[in-house]
Amino acid sequence: MSPVLAGVLQLLALVAALALAYRPLGDYMAGVYSSDKHLRVEKWIYKGIGANPNTEMRWPAYLRGVLAFSAMSVLFLYLLQRLQGSLPGSLGFKAIDPDQAFNTATSFVANTNWQSYSGEQAMGHVVQTGGLAVQNFVSAAVGIAVAVALVRGFARSRTGELGNFWSDLVRGVVRILIPISVIGAIVLVACGAIQNFSGIHGVGQFMGGSQEWNGGAVASQEAIKELGTNGGGYFNANSAHPFENPNPISNLFEIFLILVIPFALTRTFGKMVGSVKQGYAILATMATIWIGFTALMMWTEFHHGGPAFDLAGGAMEGKETRFGIGGSSLFATSTTLTSTGAVNSFHSSYTGFGGGITMLGMQLGEIAPGGTGSGLYGMLIMAIIAVFIAGLMVGRTPEYLGKKIGTREIKLAACYILVTPALVLGFTGASMALSTPKDSMLNSGAHGFSEILYAFTSGANNNGSAFAGLTADTQWFNTTIGLAMLLGRFLPMVFVLALAGSLAEQKPIPATAGTLRTEKPLFTGLLVGTIMIITGLTYFPALALGPLAEGLAS
Amino acid sequence: MNNSVGNTARLLGAGLRALLVLTVICGVLYPLAVTGVAQALFNNKANGSEIKDGGKVVGSELIGQRYDLPLKKGQETPEPDLKWFQPRPSNGLGTNSVNTQYKLLLSGATNLAGDSGSLQKDGKEVCDPKAEEGLCAQVRAARDAVIKDNRTADYKVRPSDIPAEAVTSSGSGLDPHISPEYADLQAHRVADRNGLDFEQVEKLVDDHTDGRILGFMGEPRVNVLKLNIALKHLVAEKG
Repeated sequence: MSPVLAGVLQLLALVAALALAYRPLGDYMAGVYSSDKHLRVEKWIYKGIGANPNTEMRWPAYLRGVLAFSAMSVLFLYLLQRLQGSLPGSLGFKAIDPDQAFNTATSFVANTNWQSYSGEQAMGHVVQTGGLAVQNFVSAAVGIAVAVALVRGFARSRTGELGNFWSDLVRGVVRILIPISVIGAIVLVACGAIQNFSGIHGVGQFMGGSQEWNGGAVASQEAIKELGTNGGGYFNANSAHPFENPNPISNLFEIFLILVIPFALTRTFGKMVGSVKQGYAILATMATIWIGFTALMMWTEFHHGGPAFDLAGGAMEGKETRFGIGGSSLFATSTTLTSTGAVNSFHSSYTGFGGGITMLGMQLGEIAPGGTGSGLYGMLIMAIIAVFIAGLMVGRTPEYLGKKIGTREIKLAACYILVTPALVLGFTGASMALSTPKDSMLNSGAHGFSEILYAFTSGANNNGSAFAGLTADTQWFNTTIGLAMLLGRFLPMVFVLALAGSLAEQKPIPATAGTLRTEKPLFTGLLVGTIMIITGLTYFPALALGPLAEGLAS
Repeated sequence: MNNSVGNTARLLGAGLRALLVLTVICGVLYPLAVTGVAQALFNNKANGSEIKDGGKVVGSELIGQRYDLPLKKGQETPEPDLKWFQPRPSNGLGTNSVNTQYKLLLSGATNLAGDSGSLQKDGKEVCDPKAEEGLCAQVRAARDAVIKDNRTADYKVRPSDIPAEAVTSSGSGLDPHISPEYADLQAHRVADRNGLDFEQVEKLVDDHTDGRILGFMGEPRVNVLKLNIALKHLVAEKG
């Protein structure tokens, strides 16, 4: 069998697995966020929090909950790292410097998991397992909660109430993320991922002498790292490290974990708004882009354009033998079209076009299928824009799912789509204009520019992957990328929740013959087109200076 | 005013309590439970898939190693011990942030771009034959070494026979595998240096080649450590 065919078959196997999980998981999640019963353990948790899970919140209250919880998370994680030197179970690692601790704290709370540190050289058990891995759960649950609040905005009428943040947060963790992670972690251990609490110890080698190993709760972190579309690796090499991703089965399984919740949430959405077909239209949009990008990626990587790859006879630099080109390309597009940012191969050593595809995937706003929760709300914002454009064409007031898209709604949606490009292009421009940030580049020329563009694209879109040649542990990058992650995560949430609030207050308008049928393939086509045009217009000039220049030269 | 300060404080307090409760669940109970199950059911795997030979641990099935001659006086980079099968190149690693070269269990890639060390020629970007740095130079050096090291009295390596992974370094820098093509290419040299028949070594490679799982997952590969252990036994039987 040729590697290309094997790659395509792996893609098909993944599609089949995701299709099998789609209905049961999507329906289950719809039940979780619609039920009015509380599990006993949840009642204990609510008692601990001191919150009444039955209070309905309007959007400002919901947002305050999100922000208060996240602010405390940043503070807690920051202090945990600053105090690492005096905490037990730290493997002798010292306290993290203030700028890096700020960067890492915002990074994990913002579901980004950008890492300017090397896990095996900097973080002990307490920070990794008790701090970083916890944010992998809760930041994902916050994302789903905000998405569910927006869906409730569509589903509810003549009320401003969007649900209860504490209850959505806790249910996401207890009923969705923990159970799947437990199963996922055990599957990964069965494949060979490590799971222990041993310290740094020597292990004998074939030629004599010994190699120094650093143990850890790797499989448990790996499972939620993928499932929650977080991406922060236990080790520096992330999912390329054999202890995180030991074989081709674990590789496909990890990609499955990355994609399963974001895709299934479209079913949850369909269920909650009372028309699963509306969910299918959104799903079709996501799947079209994901499959298209993956096909393009496989094409360019197998084709291996680039002087050094021509010489080597293949683009295997930064890729593992056991995954090959197919398994690496599949991972690369899945991780950058979601907000994951885990890598099983190093994007900086991809072909010029391949690197460009990973960047474009993030620049779409990570909506195909996107992060846990953030993918769905990002895509629904795009759907609103698409409906608006269609409305302009025929001269009708646009409406979506029985709700009018008026001035206020379109203003909020427009603000949403402006936030990340402003952060990405603004900070990239500033870094290029100043004299010192450029010293961090590993490669020169177009690729060097790509390293910086990638860094801010990844940060502001909450992805977390990198053209890792960039020396990002400087005060400039720690601070600016930290800000990009924080603003890129929470500003859009403000607009989403405000939008949800205003939708929930409306009374529904009955569908008429003139209503745009948003569950039809025509709308899916319109939506794909809208996404591509908006992203293309925003980022084309920047991409032309980086990956396109590199790809076209060879 | 006082009222809003009080409300904010109350809200932040709720946030902190929620975080602490969830930390206990996700950061303590969850990893401990998974560790318990993993250690009970998959003890060897959970601890790094160590391989023993002759009662001694010789490494992990999952982590690549180097098979080098001892350092001579004044030598900085060790030379490969050509008696053994060699892993993917790792010399380029370590010029970047984290040095691995298979010595310490520190992981990382070179992150070099495909056009690093290239120049424009006839409107096309090609590798600069004189480049001393960058991916072009690394691939060229690795390719020259493969050709030189694997030449025997009756076998000459053709550049077109060298697979891509033999001249590039991996993502983790710890890749435990090479392709069957690269193992076959090395079999001539390994047989020669160990006084074995080529067919014997070739069969050894075949026996240690893992195909794609279920025929389509991953790529065919040879685990270098397992292959070298088997080679060691074969040599011992012979001697």
